[in-house]
Amino acid sequence: MALLDVKGVTLTFRGLAALLSVDFSVEQGQIASLIGPNGAGKTSMLNCISGRYHPDEGSITLNGRDLLVMAAHDRVTAGLCRTFQNIALFKGLSVLDNLMVGRHTRMEYGLLSSMLYWGKARRSEDLHRGRIEQIIDFLGLSPYRHQIAGRLPYGVQKRVELGRALAGEPKLLLLDEPMAGMNLEETEDMARYILDIKEEWDVTVLLVEHDMGVVMDISDHVVVLDFGQVLASGTPAQVQIDPEVVTAYLGSENRSFLGR
Amino acid sequence: MRGKCGLFHTSYAQEARFFQTGFLKFSLGLFFIALLCTPLYLSNYQLSMLNMINIAVIGAVALNLLTGCCGQISLGHGAFIGVGAYATGLCSLAGWPFIPALLFGGLVTALVGMIFGVPSLRLKGIYLAIATLAAQLILSYVFMHWESMTGGSVGLGLDAPAICGLALDSDAKMFYLTLTVAVFSVLLVSNILRTRHGRAFVAIRDFHQSAESVGVNLFSYKLQAFAVSSFLAGISGGLWAHYTMYITPEQFDILLSIRYLAMIIIGGMGSVLGSIFGAVFVTLLPEGLGALAQWAGAFFPNISTYFLAMREGIFGLILVLFLIFEPEGLVHRWRLIKAYWKLYPFAY
Repeated sequence: MALLDVKGVTLTFRGLAALLSVDFSVEQGQIASLIGPNGAGKTSMLNCISGRYHPDEGSITLNGRDLLVMAAHDRVTAGLCRTFQNIALFKGLSVLDNLMVGRHTRMEYGLLSSMLYWGKARRSEDLHRGRIEQIIDFLGLSPYRHQIAGRLPYGVQKRVELGRALAGEPKLLLLDEPMAGMNLEETEDMARYILDIKEEWDVTVLLVEHDMGVVMDISDHVVVLDFGQVLASGTPAQVQIDPEVVTAYLGSENRSFLGR
Repeated sequence: MRGKCGLFHTSYAQEARFFQTGFLKFSLGLFFIALLCTPLYLSNYQLSMLNMINIAVIGAVALNLLTGCCGQISLGHGAFIGVGAYATGLCSLAGWPFIPALLFGGLVTALVGMIFGVPSLRLKGIYLAIATLAAQLILSYVFMHWESMTGGSVGLGLDAPAICGLALDSDAKMFYLTLTVAVFSVLLVSNILRTRHGRAFVAIRDFHQSAESVGVNLFSYKLQAFAVSSFLAGISGGLWAHYTMYITPEQFDILLSIRYLAMIIIGGMGSVLGSIFGAVFVTLLPEGLGALAQWAGAFFPNISTYFLAMREGIFGLILVLFLIFEPEGLVHRWRLIKAYWKLYPFAY
């Protein structure tokens, strides 16, 4: 059974369909990519999965659990973490605290324990700090550990955001344009991290990205969206030669663009 | 300790400590010894100022947790302090011992704060400020007109508090009580800020959408921030009521809310130390102005009368100057001074 199963998802904004019965699935241990021209509905799809939007129809299941009945903040416990297209870090917190917030649901002590910093709170802070240090090592964030996140360079902030999502120990990681605005070197680093996340941390990745070079290189499975509909899906090689996809990206002479 | 040329941590617990160096502990210890001995060398009037500072510290720390850290602007804290004052006062009049009355007052205020915090789920920023302003006005109205409970505009007269039979009937005795409660509140809020709840509060302030995506239940955490903050505000109010031994609705008007907001803006939003600085500054400001007027009176005979008339205006002016020149508050200045002396005389 697939890890993530999206079936017949339709999302409309006042009658305007952003997604029209979208079906696709992501297998355990894959890097899957969601691509498509601007406004194709990629981020809307991600938002439906992560709970910011509620689709009008369809079902989304993760590991057999229905995500649509869960509140957005509960989906982390189902094993879902995400990053955002524009950096959405907690600008006033240090890098370390940003990552610790990522472990919010993994820590279970109450407000009273928090106020007194006794027993469970103290032990749990210590324990989770250890886990966070692994992520800091993995992403090479140790020089920035105690710096305020909002003052860091863009590329580092992107890495911190990846780390924050990773801190929740997801089964499925949703990455919304992790390479946007990065130079070649940073892009390569990020691609390496994503591959390592899959291999070493055993996390399945669903990626939305515009950099076709990266997408075709690292993906196991590609889903192409256009005007809220799935145009094609398959391996990168299959998708690249799909005539519909070529038309969507490059246009076509013998077919009316508006007619579809 | 000897021979170390820097701060090196060997465990996570070490890094999470409040007081990292021996020097810090030593100087703080000296400060507290000096504070505890104040009844020996300060006059009653000066002690009463210290009492007011302690009470203001509790309220300012509480408001800073909600507004500075969690980003939920509250214009209702003056009224929340009033709820605590009336609830504690009424319990005392009903014959409760002081400590349970104070705690009960805090709990009642926490409940009231949570009720008025419910709109925070939908309202943000300036809109929430208006909603809490409504809380302020509603509660002021209740203080004034629920005469069977609050005594209306006549107010409530209270006795000096007594703990285990020991009547705290002088400024010096009250000072130890208010100082203890203030220290506890500061520790409580500082602890919250270094654990998951505090981080969740700041996360909500900085980016509520990603806070939700990492699993923070926005509604529940906003309400918790309101609850803790108004609990402490209520405690502050209860202490105030028993310290002045007389409460009237005018004490808890919108001006009090604004004074507390001014404290955290002047001190530094989102910083516990900043709330303390702000509370000290705003409480001592009228005294400072009075002293200044007296001094200037030697040169310009009639100036003190003008000065008193302009007090609110000067207060506003200082607030504006702070917003322009030191928007991060006194605590930022304090950090700069510390950084300067750390390396003195080698500037770089």
